[in-house]
Amino acid sequence: MIHSLFLINHTGDIFLEKHWKSVIGRSVCDYFFEAREKAVEPENVPPVLQTPHHYLISIYRGKLFFLSVIQTEVPPLFVIEFLHRVADTIQDYFGECSEGVIKDNVVTVYELLEEMLDNGFPLATESNVLKEMIRPPTILRSVVNTLTGASNVGDTLPTGQLSNVPWRRVGVKYTNNEAYFDVIEEIDAILDKSGTTVFAEIQGVIEACVRLTGMPDLTLSFMNPRLLDDVSFHPCVRFKRWESERVLSFIPPDGNFTLMNYHVSSQNLVAIPVYVKQSISFFETGPCGRLDITIGPKQTMGKTVEGLMVTIHMPKAVLSANLTATQGTYTYDLATKVLVWDIGKLNPQKLPNLKGSLTTQAGTPKPEDNPSLNIDLKIQQLAISGLKVSRLDMYGEKYKPFKGVKYLTKAGKFQVRT
Amino acid sequence: MSASSAFNDEKGGSSSVGEPEYGHDPASGGIFSSDYKRHDDLKEMLDSNKDSLKLEAMKRIVAVIIHIIWNSIFFFIGMFCSHCSSLQVKKLVYVYLVRYAEEQQDLALLSISTFQRGLKDPNQLIRASALRVLSSIRVTIIVPIMMLAIKEAASDMSPYVRKTAAHAIPKLYSLDPEQKDQLIEVIEKLLADKTTLVAGSVVMAFEEVCPERIDLIHKNYRKLCNLLIDVEEWGQVVIINMLTRYARTQFLNPNMNESLLEEGSGGDRTFYGSDEDEDEDEEEKEKKAETPAMAKRKPYVMDPDHRLLLRNTKPLLQSRNAAVVMAVAQLYFHLAPKAEVGVIAKALVRLLRSHSEVQYVVLQNVATMTIKRRGMFEPYLKSFYIRSTDPTQIKVLKLEVLTNLANETNISTILREFQTYIKSMDKDFVAATIQAIGRCATNIGEVRDTCLNGLVQLLSNRDELVVAESVVVIKKLLQMQPEKHSDIIKHMAKLTDNIQVPMARASILWLIGEYCEHVPKIAPDVLRKMAKSFTNEEDIVKLQIINLAAKLYLTNSKQTKLLTQYVLNLAKYDQNYDIRDRARFIRQLIVPTEKSGALSKYAKKLFLALKPAPVLESPFKDRDHFQLGSLSHLLNAKAGGYQELPDWPEAAPDPSVRNVEVPEWTKCSSREKRKEKKVEKPFYSDSEGESGPTESADSGNFSWLLSDSASGSESGSGSEESASRSESEESEDGSESEEEEEEEEEEKEKKKKKKELKKPVQESERKCSFHANVYQPSLYNWALVSMTLHLVLCLQTIAPSSALKNYELLHRITGEGLSVEYCFSRQPFSPDANMVAVQMQFTNNATADTKNLHIEDVKLQSGMRVKEFSEIELLPAGETATAVMGIDFCDSTQAANFQLCTHTRKFFVSIQPPVGELMRPVFLTENEFKKEQGQLMGMNEITEKLTLDMKCRNEHTIVQRVTTAANLSRVPCGSDKEFAGRTVSSSSLVLVTVATKEEGAAQLTVNCEKMVIGTMLVKDILLALTQ
Repeated sequence: MIHSLFLINHTGDIFLEKHWKSVIGRSVCDYFFEAREKAVEPENVPPVLQTPHHYLISIYRGKLFFLSVIQTEVPPLFVIEFLHRVADTIQDYFGECSEGVIKDNVVTVYELLEEMLDNGFPLATESNVLKEMIRPPTILRSVVNTLTGASNVGDTLPTGQLSNVPWRRVGVKYTNNEAYFDVIEEIDAILDKSGTTVFAEIQGVIEACVRLTGMPDLTLSFMNPRLLDDVSFHPCVRFKRWESERVLSFIPPDGNFTLMNYHVSSQNLVAIPVYVKQSISFFETGPCGRLDITIGPKQTMGKTVEGLMVTIHMPKAVLSANLTATQGTYTYDLATKVLVWDIGKLNPQKLPNLKGSLTTQAGTPKPEDNPSLNIDLKIQQLAISGLKVSRLDMYGEKYKPFKGVKYLTKAGKFQVRT
Repeated sequence: MSASSAFNDEKGGSSSVGEPEYGHDPASGGIFSSDYKRHDDLKEMLDSNKDSLKLEAMKRIVAVIIHIIWNSIFFFIGMFCSHCSSLQVKKLVYVYLVRYAEEQQDLALLSISTFQRGLKDPNQLIRASALRVLSSIRVTIIVPIMMLAIKEAASDMSPYVRKTAAHAIPKLYSLDPEQKDQLIEVIEKLLADKTTLVAGSVVMAFEEVCPERIDLIHKNYRKLCNLLIDVEEWGQVVIINMLTRYARTQFLNPNMNESLLEEGSGGDRTFYGSDEDEDEDEEEKEKKAETPAMAKRKPYVMDPDHRLLLRNTKPLLQSRNAAVVMAVAQLYFHLAPKAEVGVIAKALVRLLRSHSEVQYVVLQNVATMTIKRRGMFEPYLKSFYIRSTDPTQIKVLKLEVLTNLANETNISTILREFQTYIKSMDKDFVAATIQAIGRCATNIGEVRDTCLNGLVQLLSNRDELVVAESVVVIKKLLQMQPEKHSDIIKHMAKLTDNIQVPMARASILWLIGEYCEHVPKIAPDVLRKMAKSFTNEEDIVKLQIINLAAKLYLTNSKQTKLLTQYVLNLAKYDQNYDIRDRARFIRQLIVPTEKSGALSKYAKKLFLALKPAPVLESPFKDRDHFQLGSLSHLLNAKAGGYQELPDWPEAAPDPSVRNVEVPEWTKCSSREKRKEKKVEKPFYSDSEGESGPTESADSGNFSWLLSDSASGSESGSGSEESASRSESEESEDGSESEEEEEEEEEEKEKKKKKKELKKPVQESERKCSFHANVYQPSLYNWALVSMTLHLVLCLQTIAPSSALKNYELLHRITGEGLSVEYCFSRQPFSPDANMVAVQMQFTNNATADTKNLHIEDVKLQSGMRVKEFSEIELLPAGETATAVMGIDFCDSTQAANFQLCTHTRKFFVSIQPPVGELMRPVFLTENEFKKEQGQLMGMNEITEKLTLDMKCRNEHTIVQRVTTAANLSRVPCGSDKEFAGRTVSSSSLVLVTVATKEEGAAQLTVNCEKMVIGTMLVKDILLALTQ
């Protein structure tokens, strides 16, 4: 299946390669570089490329390309999903997935890749199993290792692979037993010029951080599970229970993991927390234009909107912006033509406003296209869909864990058209 | 490939930048280096005056030396490692061996013996990793050794080792394809494996080695379907893809009847452009040809195995893994009846939130799906709206989907959406949008004018690309009804002054030429202008100028004769031979000379023929002949190793090939039952009188007692009743009437046997399924009170073997001739009242005697206890023995694991009880019941509404099904159907109430102190009542 993997940085250097079958020369990547050149933006490189003898499937994560070489038919999503899993694992181990980090931990990365695939077929991709075999580096351990010459390959064998709950380590012990759940919702919306909602939905995710001793069996129930339109689960969740009772019943992995993703799509349920009044116009005569944006609260459920930020990709012709903001600061990047207005907390008494003039390149016709506004915001202690966790029960263990649920609403792909 | 070389390359890459990168810890990878080129800079570094650089250089020199020594000694380490007890050392040696084996094959051979020893290690993980390393050594000499190791590992006790064996198969196959036959044998053996760990890997091996051997799957089909949900996610993808192909060869097309219906309703037709109509006409013709054959065919009934596959894959749509979701989606798309395909839409739309690469692949597949099944995605139209931040390739794909989804009802919304896209900054995307508008306009007649007007407005756009694209699209649209739109043609003629994009200019010229009769005044003028600028035009424009000239010459030779001559003369000396060629050809054709041949007469027909309107169709139109989700589909070209998705068969192949050994013993037991009926019959017939078929011991003795013989007519003997339940009404009637006529038992017996023979093979499957429903004589406690001792005795003697659900503990193949079945006998276990009695039946199918059957090494969850059965000293060949053991499950459904030992072998087995077996019936009066129930409210009460199965609406069957599902006794004379029991270990009360309402609606209430037991019980009873 997956034959080889090349890691390529944004300047086009191959800085790591790994082959699971026979070695394939680097020249195979030339086809990729060609496509990379053609695509201009790295996001636009086609994920699947065909070369005379191989197929190249690549993903772009953290300014790196993970390029895998395939020789025979294989579902492309299979490879893409696996590559993302590799990137996730690296992130999980080293805190970020970047060239520097991979170079610093090249041996560990290698060991990980060795365990994750066998002959091109995924073998161990669960982070709990991997961590048992290859311990993530810590500063202390690396000091000890250099002094004693030990390696960070675990001396235990991957017993997790044998159990029927492969996602959980055995023999977990904590002095403080705790289970925290973050319900994070992102609003994806498109608003048109007049402020009416063209499209809106909520994408939710429940991130869990579970540190519990032994083999706990948890049951998480919601006040209003009917809200959820479409769900996907971590493999630990018992699907049958969800089908019949609408509760999440699971033996959790140890540590941090994503318990479930959900989707609330019916539009009238989606509250739009802010409204935007905007006018961006360019004059026919003279190289200039006007910009005036005001943001106000709409349906905030009585909470404060924080971390408000507006990002505008300006037309190429806009040379500079001379604006005044009543709140927050703005920056205009000349190279990328991106205007960012960082507002911060939204004060309903005094609405933030950004006003001023734009200078366009002289001689060019007035830009035809109006840029759209991307809004970023955060609301603490609120799940905008109204989803509430009603209780968490634990079976199978005798102690009493600390439990906690946190809610957070964010703007996802929140776009205002102009 | 080793870590080192990657590391080196990375060094090489960075050093080329200029400043060499020094700051690497040699321990982090340098010592494994095998490449010396990178040390070119060492001298430089040693010469430098910085101490730090010198130190670094020295470090690296040391690292190189270590490396050389390392290389030579490391295989000796391999030799010694077997003496070393530390797991860590062993594992490290394996890891390094894999890395170096390919580079140094000769040395690698030295270490083979180590692995062979490793293969015998008592630790399964060492065995597995030894096999993994051994099979990764790509040296042809060791092929026989590998083959042997794989064969051995394939019958290893540990599933993990067997999984590794499955992984090793493709490795060996790629090394030496001649081993295929032997490997297929191993695959066959591993396919029969019952563990989830192995399933995914072995199917992967199957796909790589022998995907054409679909016959190997038959026997394992049902098992694979049932295991699927527990297989790890990567295995799921492989299995689902394989099963899709399998199902295409084995089952009938579930949509074949619908395709007939479709033919009748031509309503949909209007949606499509005229072009598609033609295609479909052909299809229809084909269909018509098939119609007589189809009409004769029986109405379609889905094979239960087909249904099983669809049912078992559906929950996987909720997987977090996009590949799994896509695999299920394609399975549904290719295999499910039309009405059911819709379920996949939601899951696919969900994937659109994922990484952009995932979006890209999913959108490609959605685009193909929308062409065939538009309705499926219509509700999700808005999810395909485009954001300015999407990458261009995603935008274009979304546009494609939106275009495919467009119909009369939503076109206005879609066009409004398109309008905003046209203003986008991304010009490629704008061009794609304009094309999309064009396609909408051709497909949907009502909006053609609106679209055309919109596009004409775009002609005044400032961006040339936009204008050019619009011109091309308008040209195509105009071809459909040119006569209405001469003003647009005029408008476009004016554009020739400004537009510079060659394709657009060519399009305009072609339009004017083609419809010159609509614009008789303008056309010659355009030609005049073009003739002037001819030499500066692009080739494709020049060709169109010549065309225009020719057409005008034919229609309006008076005005344009000279112009045409001029253009043709210019073209004659053009650099491009195509143009010279064309000019010569046209001159001969249109300009009458004395020599001009017969062709010139037809010049007008040649040039001014009515041209069919172009077809604007989706590039995804014919992609669905590739299996969706595959690489080949994405590339629209067959990738290496792609397995074609076969067409549905005309007639379904024999479904019995999928029957496995298991039904065999079911048959056996049903035969036994029949025998037993002989015993029952005289007894029952006394009480039942004429009704003939007996109320067997195992069918609801309560209702029989309480509701007189009202229910008697409906029930048959144990086996029959359940058989008829799952059979169609018709056969039920048949069997009943038949039986009623029968007086003599023996005759009946014979007749039944005949019937048995006639019954299709499928019945054996049904038996399988109804086995779950077979009633179990749980109520003998209560029976003690209400029935005669005679009956009780009778019940007790027949109960265990006749109707209890048998579970397999050890299959006769894995047990090497010894097969063990067990059932929960529902009798109190006399040595310890807190234990559940498990009755085991040992059958020795081998030719040799088995001795000293006993239990060893019991592994239990804390609190659980086991009372072993006394050792069976001798089990002669062909004989059967029974034994009873007691297990205290602690009121949990945790499995009890232990080893079953004979004098020669040990087998790992486990017993897992259904929740219903964890209780024993208690006798309560109705008042007591109500009182107890009152104390178990709130948290301890679970209520569930349900709709009863059609066949399960009368009291008798309800009682029977509940008592089959759980070992409970019915509360006598209750108004509702109430049942009571206590859990075996902790004696907690379990109270069940089934209140029936009208039309099969019912409410199930379970009160139990143990909430876990309660919830599980609710589920089981629900299942029993609704199935």
